[in-house]
Amino acid sequence: MGILSDLLYPFRRPAPPAPRTATGFFTDTTLCIGCKACEVACKQWNQLPSDGFTFTGDSYDNTGTLSATTWRHVTFAEQFPSSDAQPPEPSITPSGSLDIQALLAQAQSGRWLMMSDVCKHCSTAPCEIACPTGALIVNEFANVYLQNDICNGCGYCVAACPFGVITRSEIDGHAHKCTLCFDRQRDDMIPACAKACPTGSIQFGSIEELRERARKRVEELMARGVTDAYLYGDAPSASYSTLGAFFLLLDDPSRYGLPGNPARPQLSLAADWLRTAVGAIISVAIVLAVLLTHAV
Amino acid sequence: MPGLGASFGRGAATTFQRDLSNSDCILIMGSNMAEAHPVGFRWVLKARERGAKLIHVDPRFTRTSAMADVFTAIRAGSDLAFLGAVIHYILEHELYFHEYVLDYTNASTIINESYIDAEEQEGLFSGFDVKSGRYASEPGSWGYSASTEDPGQAETDATLSHPRCVFQILKRHFARYTPEAAAEICGCTASDIVRVAELLARNSGREHTSAIVYAVGWTQHSTGVQMIRAAGIIQLLLGNIGRPGGGIMAMRGHCSIQGSTDLPTLYDLLPSYLPHPNVAPEHATLRDYIENGRGFATSHNADSSGSWQDEAVAGYWSNLPAFIVSLLKAWYGDAARPENEFGYQWIPKNDGDHSQLVTFHRMYEGEVRGLFLIGQNPAAGAPNAALNRRALANLDWLVVRDWFEHESASFWYADPAVDDPKQIKTEVFFLPAASIPEKSGTFTNTDRLIQWHEKAIDPPGDCRSDLWFIYHLGLRLKELYRDSTLTRDDPIKFLTWEYGFDRPEMLPDGRITRISDEPDSAKVLKEINGRRISDGTLLKSFTECADDGSTACGAWTYSGVFPDEDNNRARSRDSTIVGSTTYPNWGYSWPANRRVMYNRASADPDGRPWSERKKLIWWDATAKKWTGNDVPDFEADKPPSYVPAAGATGMDAIAGNKPFIMHADGAGHLFAPYGIKDGPLPTHYEPRESVVSNSLHQTQTNPTLRVSEADINQLAEETDPEFPVVATTYRLTEHYLSGPMSRFNSWLNELQPEMFVELGPELAAERGIEHRGWMIVTTKRAEIEARAMVTRRIRPLMVHGRVVHQIGLPIHWGYAGETVGSIANDLTPMLMGLNVSMHEAKTFTCNVRTGRLRSKPARAIPVAQRPDSGPVPETPGFAQPEGRLDRAGLQRKK
Repeated sequence: MGILSDLLYPFRRPAPPAPRTATGFFTDTTLCIGCKACEVACKQWNQLPSDGFTFTGDSYDNTGTLSATTWRHVTFAEQFPSSDAQPPEPSITPSGSLDIQALLAQAQSGRWLMMSDVCKHCSTAPCEIACPTGALIVNEFANVYLQNDICNGCGYCVAACPFGVITRSEIDGHAHKCTLCFDRQRDDMIPACAKACPTGSIQFGSIEELRERARKRVEELMARGVTDAYLYGDAPSASYSTLGAFFLLLDDPSRYGLPGNPARPQLSLAADWLRTAVGAIISVAIVLAVLLTHAV
Repeated sequence: MPGLGASFGRGAATTFQRDLSNSDCILIMGSNMAEAHPVGFRWVLKARERGAKLIHVDPRFTRTSAMADVFTAIRAGSDLAFLGAVIHYILEHELYFHEYVLDYTNASTIINESYIDAEEQEGLFSGFDVKSGRYASEPGSWGYSASTEDPGQAETDATLSHPRCVFQILKRHFARYTPEAAAEICGCTASDIVRVAELLARNSGREHTSAIVYAVGWTQHSTGVQMIRAAGIIQLLLGNIGRPGGGIMAMRGHCSIQGSTDLPTLYDLLPSYLPHPNVAPEHATLRDYIENGRGFATSHNADSSGSWQDEAVAGYWSNLPAFIVSLLKAWYGDAARPENEFGYQWIPKNDGDHSQLVTFHRMYEGEVRGLFLIGQNPAAGAPNAALNRRALANLDWLVVRDWFEHESASFWYADPAVDDPKQIKTEVFFLPAASIPEKSGTFTNTDRLIQWHEKAIDPPGDCRSDLWFIYHLGLRLKELYRDSTLTRDDPIKFLTWEYGFDRPEMLPDGRITRISDEPDSAKVLKEINGRRISDGTLLKSFTECADDGSTACGAWTYSGVFPDEDNNRARSRDSTIVGSTTYPNWGYSWPANRRVMYNRASADPDGRPWSERKKLIWWDATAKKWTGNDVPDFEADKPPSYVPAAGATGMDAIAGNKPFIMHADGAGHLFAPYGIKDGPLPTHYEPRESVVSNSLHQTQTNPTLRVSEADINQLAEETDPEFPVVATTYRLTEHYLSGPMSRFNSWLNELQPEMFVELGPELAAERGIEHRGWMIVTTKRAEIEARAMVTRRIRPLMVHGRVVHQIGLPIHWGYAGETVGSIANDLTPMLMGLNVSMHEAKTFTCNVRTGRLRSKPARAIPVAQRPDSGPVPETPGFAQPEGRLDRAGLQRKK
């Protein structure tokens, strides 16, 4: 009995934990001051090593990309006109009749966009679908969780992620990514990055509540004249699911290093199958042709 | 902080950071708050979310500018011209808060006939002595004109039309600071200035309040104190002091730096802003000190007359006798008796300037033999750091206490300029210090908020708290002099020094601390709070301090922080909000737990709130006392209608409608009759190193400026064509100060790994400097190399019709640490303003070129291996976080 039980042990599956309130991140870039407290808090809590000291010159972004050892990454985009393109001077009139709105309109000649990027915890996650070992799972908080001890380092998830979130670690060869602080959530603590964010740019909570809050926020911003505000990843597109970590942006996603129109890798499967089939037919035809030629 | 003290009475931020969320408009100038104070900046963003306008005026477009509604770039060091134009515009268009100005400021006070304004004398006020470079020769000409009816009172004119009344003097003084003239100086446009003035004015008054935030971007100028004064004038004119969402928020640059001004590490102050006694006859005995005390120390001259004398008679400083005697009792205990002036003579008298920069200059000259450096890194962080390093090399011995072996501790071998460590004669002792969670004690930060922090764990190895070190140093000195019969050793023999724990200290996990000889920091705080001598009970408030030796109090402003033996109010963590934003039981805010100082001004002269929206405290006529959402900064039962009788003294001399109780006249000082050593009104002078001449008057720079005349402290003359570029220094969020705490941490180093210089593409193109390439910055003093960060965030400015380029240098690098780089402070000059001996690292002139220096670069010390903690206990190996895997032999690369 003992031996049989031991032999069967690897095939046993305990009952999965009961689902809990689905959680996620809402990152409001209009509140991000680029302080990178999220990056440091993430590395400290998860004990991730530093990635080396490279001056990139890419504004204040020396992190570059998300990776197996960087699970939060603050992007910077400087948008300034060249100096000779300054707006013309308004004439000064005494107070009272002064058009303060006109003065205000010319007050900012450029902008510096900042955004804290993270794993998107996609509702339908290509990485999870691609994973052959079951290392990538959807946990009880509906977050995409990578069990690095089960990961065999095949790298399929790396290729599957349209956001370039996951890489394999050069230290242990396994894939790693944001866990959405699974360990903290289980202890009713909020993720380290959200906890450290001083301005409330990174908001954590029930994904349904966050979506509602985010939509209200866009309306508020619109009313205040920030007409370029919109949500990224709040709703599914034709080619992709909603994101469990979604963003409020002020410009084209590419300005923040995000794909404008992310696509499920499966969408290219039909063409791949077709190409494979055509290739197979051609191969068979060639073989047959050769055989027939020799048979003659 | 005499800029705030001279304007309002106390040298501290008038409000607290959370209160910024009540503002309708916030001007951030001389501060990069989002980067340097990101946590406090949340309240600024909260205000913006509520519709407040956020203005940032700065030489560089920073992460603060990115959040602002309005950004205006100005030339570094031109702030006073900008602020002067704002004042001009407010006066010119009558945008000031008339009732507030009339009742709560000294606008109506008439100034002495002998006063001559800087505008009439090419930038010099009356009383300037050319020989000494100080305002000294003419008696009290900046003072109030005495009333003919009551010589104890100043003459006033409620119509504000008397030609010598402060209001008219102010108008004349700023008459030439038109937006157009200032724009020429600052390199912005006149409408940039009008925009700021209009936004501030429109968001002030009965229904609205505006706040001003500054930091070392103002203080580190030769005119820094006057910049803060100018902000004080704006806020008094607009009626924004003492009201919710108003005030001036002085953002402090270091942890507990407010605390080290309150319990000062400054040579000229005793705790709680009591003046340090001078060798002058005015301070010869305790009686002299009490009679002349603070007013004398803050006067601009040593003359026998002047408004400073009033402080000993009227206003809150009339309590000086109680405060100094209680302080002496706290220090010398039973040995302090009436017959020996309570030990007054044991305090060494000040015989001159012993500020940091002056002392380092003397060290450079070889006049200083030994130095304790506790939590400071002048070898990289002080202006003209190279001079500071040479000064350290002139010492016989140096004791450094810090977390890491930073530049000042390793200068003798790690400085690339040192060829042979054997040539350095200084004996360096490096003592490892405990970090914040490894000791208990208090922080007093920006908001005057005293917050206790608990010790969580014992420090590793030989690391000890600074308190431990000072305590044991004191014990050993006392032991050394125990049997001495010399009078000069009495100050050490009679010093009270009993801070040991009564029972072993417990750690939070229930274990007894390994460090059995650690002193009890709560005992120190109790001594600061004060006790009654007779029964040893703790004082409830500084109002209990007595001048007869019956009380002991180590710092009167802090009294009340420890009112009972087991009630440490600095430890209190009750975040209940009263009113809109006050949280009275979170920590303890001096004085008397007030959150907004001068809050009597939040009510009108009759004691009613100026408006429902901006109410804070008010007079309750039924209960006959002041009440509201904050502790009143006023005598609780003094009615608004109170009028002092002729000849009244002390607090009785302050009328019921005068909110600025520290001042003898109870008024906010638009015009500072005393307390400022370089002029009663702010005047624009060019920085000591400037690319332009002063267009307002012939006095080019602050006439009271002092410069270190060391051979390696050469200064470029005005408009020197060899140094046409304006440079400024700054901090990044990712690092702290000169890096002694941050450049030994890989998680921070990877975020900003290398020294760089920010410059605009125009200048880069002109000099052939490539983005990310190497460049050299040259000043009259030194040359450094750095990577070029070419960015449009730095714009060329049009100053007096010509293009002026600016560059910015972060101050974070040095030759010790995990990442190393050139020291920006090798470029900055060592010079000092007269008021607080502050330097001018925020603006100097330089030149730039492409390339690298030949000298040997510093070597990085791989001191920190992150992550350095062991595996997570009771967790299987496969579940360990990645960083805790055994990484031996594995090389990481990007």
